[in-house]
Amino acid sequence: MKSGSNLERLLEKGEFVVTGELGPPKGPDVKVVKEKAALLKGNVDAVNITDNQTAIVRMSSIATSRILIEEGLEPTMQMVARDRNRLAMMSDLFGASAFGIKNMLCLSGDHQRFGNHPEAKNVFDIDSIQMIYMVKTMRDEHKIICGEEIEGDFKMLIGAVCNPFADPFHYRVHRLAKKVEAGVDFIQTQCIYDMKRFREFMRQVVDMGLQERCKILAGITPLKSVGMARYMAANVSGIIIPEEMIDRLRGAGKGNVASEGIKMACEQIQEVREIKGIAGIHLMAIEWEHKVHEIVEMAGLLPRPRL
Amino acid sequence: MITAERKPFEEIKESIRDFKKIMVLGCGTCVAVCQAGGEKEAGILASELRLAFGNEGKKVEVSNETVVRQCDDEFMADTTFLEKVRETDVIISIACGVGVQHACNFFNRAMDGKPIRVVPGLNTTFMGANIDLGLWEERCIGCGDCVLERTGGICPVTRCAKSLLNGPCGGSSDGKCEISKDIDCAWHLIIERLEALGELERIKPVELYKDWRPSHSGGPRKIVREDLRL
Repeated sequence: MKSGSNLERLLEKGEFVVTGELGPPKGPDVKVVKEKAALLKGNVDAVNITDNQTAIVRMSSIATSRILIEEGLEPTMQMVARDRNRLAMMSDLFGASAFGIKNMLCLSGDHQRFGNHPEAKNVFDIDSIQMIYMVKTMRDEHKIICGEEIEGDFKMLIGAVCNPFADPFHYRVHRLAKKVEAGVDFIQTQCIYDMKRFREFMRQVVDMGLQERCKILAGITPLKSVGMARYMAANVSGIIIPEEMIDRLRGAGKGNVASEGIKMACEQIQEVREIKGIAGIHLMAIEWEHKVHEIVEMAGLLPRPRL
Repeated sequence: MITAERKPFEEIKESIRDFKKIMVLGCGTCVAVCQAGGEKEAGILASELRLAFGNEGKKVEVSNETVVRQCDDEFMADTTFLEKVRETDVIISIACGVGVQHACNFFNRAMDGKPIRVVPGLNTTFMGANIDLGLWEERCIGCGDCVLERTGGICPVTRCAKSLLNGPCGGSSDGKCEISKDIDCAWHLIIERLEALGELERIKPVELYKDWRPSHSGGPRKIVREDLRL
């Protein structure tokens, strides 16, 4: 076992896993974390804890992850390359491991230009692929980058992301292959709306046999409103929302858009379940944690398997 | 070359408000080429200052001079206006930051240690190329360990907003960077170039951690060429 986490064991068993996401509060309000955690508990197998996502300052992913453990959930601690150099990353990873965190996710991080401190200096000492390699070296060789031995046991399941909707499209599978080469254990994809492009991407993945070397979870984000869909399509780089999806949402009519969005998400879940190489879903119900139970239930993914 | 842009006029004016004898010092190399701090710009700034202070009824003397390279003793030694410098309250150097500091250091030495006040008139921006009329783009951050051989001659350390060595990130869209539709995704360019060269295989292995010691992260840098030293 790489970390012995719930997520790892379910993936190893071949269960179709469900991971969720929790955005920490913009302050030390533990109550917010606990409330969101309660909504996710029992509905997902592990919960990503974002790390200053979109470069907005929030409670640290390491502290929030620890609160989740205390609440009886399993966190996946996200870590971005934007805010930490290699020293800070490794020491935080030691701390995370000491806190009982068993899954982590390596990301470059959104540029600080998008956040609430655009005047900040960024770090980008190492990139997300090097971060994967670093964590793998720490876990498998028991050494930090400089070659010194780690004191104590360091176990971690290594995750990363993949965006089949960014460009250049034909190179995306090769970038995923680099993450696999670096030692990633599982991948969560960007939110999928353009199913045709995603199928084509997965065909390339399967051709290269990458799904046998890492577990791939399909990213699902229910659309809450026509406005949200339009905003994401126009402003979030690397997100493609086909016009017909927006039309369908609009067509649902006043008062029914949210439920139509949930229905569409469930249909997407069914579709990705049938795609070869998909080991589960990563459900990002952004500020919609109270709908997670409904979505997972409607998608026929409850109860979550127990080990 | 090194590119620069003139500071806002009001900021320059404020920085010399307390002085009467003012010299604008242009630099005839990089910043002259990018039309920010050459002889012509030195003349323009001096005139603007005379006019502005004149309108305020403030009596000041503003002169302007230009040296070929403010960053080099050899050119500074040719300076014919040293005596004027001695009488000057403040010099506005419109060289890059290197020139500002070196001119200050040179004049202090030339005046036998008399401190000479030098303020900058430009904001030094980057090492870049003149892409088109009135357009310059950053091309090198001087990291001290060039990777261009592996990346099709396009620098990801400089031109990727995240300095990724294993890009492109998930924010690359239609060949543009996530931070702005006006900025090309360096990795998109790298992939296109390597494909055209038939060398895409070059970026398939994982590029490991960069050693940042030769960059500014290793502290202020110095080059010592024993073969050139006396």
